[in-house]
Amino acid sequence: MEPVKVFLVDDHALFRTGVRAELDGAEEITVIGEAGSVAEAVAGIRHFAPDVVLLDVHMPDGGGAEVLRQIRSTDSQTTFLALSVSDDAEDVIQVIRAGARGYVTKTISGRELVEAIQRVSEGDAVFSPRLAGFVLDAFSSGKATVGGGDPEVDSLTPRERDVLRLLARGYAYKEIASELFISVKTVETHVSSVLRKTQMSNRYELSRWAADRRLV
Amino acid sequence: MLRFPPPPSNARQPVQSTVTYTRLQRRRSNRILGGVAGAIADQLNLDVVWVRCAFTVLAALPGIGVITYGLLWLLVPQAPAGVGGRDTGKQRQQSLILLVIGIGIGSLAVMFAGGTASWIMLPIAILVVGAAVVWREADSTQRRRWRDGAKAGLVGPAGWHTYVRIGVGAALVIIGLVLLLLGSAGANPLQTGLLAALATLVGAGVLTVPWWVRLVGDLDNERAERIRVQERADIAAHLHDSVLQTLALIQKNPDQPREVSRLARSQERQLRAWLYGQKEGMENSTLSTLLAVSAGEVEDTFAIRVQQVVVGDCPVDDKLMPLAAAAREAMVNAAKHAGVQEISVYAEVEPDQVSIFVRDRGAGFDPDAVPEDRHGVADSIKGRMTRHGGKVRIKTAPGEGTEVALHMPRTKEATS
Repeated sequence: MEPVKVFLVDDHALFRTGVRAELDGAEEITVIGEAGSVAEAVAGIRHFAPDVVLLDVHMPDGGGAEVLRQIRSTDSQTTFLALSVSDDAEDVIQVIRAGARGYVTKTISGRELVEAIQRVSEGDAVFSPRLAGFVLDAFSSGKATVGGGDPEVDSLTPRERDVLRLLARGYAYKEIASELFISVKTVETHVSSVLRKTQMSNRYELSRWAADRRLV
Repeated sequence: MLRFPPPPSNARQPVQSTVTYTRLQRRRSNRILGGVAGAIADQLNLDVVWVRCAFTVLAALPGIGVITYGLLWLLVPQAPAGVGGRDTGKQRQQSLILLVIGIGIGSLAVMFAGGTASWIMLPIAILVVGAAVVWREADSTQRRRWRDGAKAGLVGPAGWHTYVRIGVGAALVIIGLVLLLLGSAGANPLQTGLLAALATLVGAGVLTVPWWVRLVGDLDNERAERIRVQERADIAAHLHDSVLQTLALIQKNPDQPREVSRLARSQERQLRAWLYGQKEGMENSTLSTLLAVSAGEVEDTFAIRVQQVVVGDCPVDDKLMPLAAAAREAMVNAAKHAGVQEISVYAEVEPDQVSIFVRDRGAGFDPDAVPEDRHGVADSIKGRMTRHGGKVRIKTAPGEGTEVALHMPRTKEATS
């Protein structure tokens, strides 16, 4: 299997070096380039056409969300995995809604990061426990939606809730599958569906909730 | 142990941004004169027409309505850009009619007050109109200053029409005063001289009042800026006392990875609490803060990471206290026996119960093989939970990791 081509975007050179060192050990992945600013990132991603971009949320000039906006306006096959120290609900929700396929914190271990990159490159979603908790919280707080909202994307199915709960409890996809007696593929489908809802839902609650809750 | 001093209250400004202060502000659009009626309407949540009606009626008391309006105009600040809705054309028409009626009522009232009062009506009206023109212009100048961000002079960057309007206003004020003087001029030259001096003072006062008010406002702004600078210095001091000290400690102990990671985690937690933490006085009062404190203690004591996710939150009552204590005990057990670097804690507050899951991927154990006299699981967790009506489920096997699930029903009062 071809290694996954990864592009790093982070304004801290030190952190890029660290991630590069961690990923260089994995043969499933090749790091093909890196960038330290929004403009560099946009140019680099257009030039290298990577499979996965590891995207820092906090950068000058608009951060990860701005990179996502500029790249996704041009039709691109690249997927994005957000990587941040923040854990701030507003940042997390913002970058997911801008189109990232997943969100992990920078304290993630090298092996888990490799797994997450592979998962995202296959089009699946990656939820850190914290993100799972945020989404659960956002979808269960209050019932109100802005008028005209699509009820299908404004609520989670019971099964999706179960999956999210287990994710928040620190279960890996495989563990969730065996806990719920479903296949890993089905777990992936549920998580992708939750991701889509988080991105599409025009729940008034979702953004307001995230803005209100500036908690770690 | 490094501790952050409590942050300055203003550092929490973003958190509180959802709280809207209802401060009296004059409207800057959709106003007839100074936006005073609009300000009162916005404050009291009334239709602006009623407030305008009230002022019209007040005009019947000679002077009161006009003076009240003038004082409010001076003392209430303009709203910043983009605040307030638009008047409809009809509202505007109504208001102009009200204004004319008000002037009419005012004049009539003065006339019927009779005698000596009526002859000064015209000069005073002229004076009031002149003052209104100048003050309105001062409002627009202030807006231009805001827009340009410039500390412009008396009139700011203005076109010729500003000067014309101010000139006309000033002229009206002067004419009004002169007419007053002429009307009251007596035979006594000393009296006339005094009156003239007084009139000059009044004229200058009326015309320059908006700029005096602005001067005071500028002083306020300057003070706010000084406070901001002070705040930045405070933040720098905090960072120095905490983060930089910890970094220094870390550099001194590079060969003790356990100590380094303990220091780093403890510092990270404090920094996060300081940056995004809840308001002061909230400590220990909700489930999430209580769990965060316990997790922090476990992290510090055992040099492991405790990943916590809390969905929903609620105040801690006397049933949730034992739940949190049991959760803490489960964390300690995992930290001691599982032999892992990370524990996951997940808490969910549901309408009828609160659940906490403490999970590790470590050694696990055979639940049947644990001797009865071991306090940890038997007493601290199961005993605590069952005494308060809760349930405990432990899922484990040797080599499979451990998950302790704690469920506590919520008390009726807490949920209702």
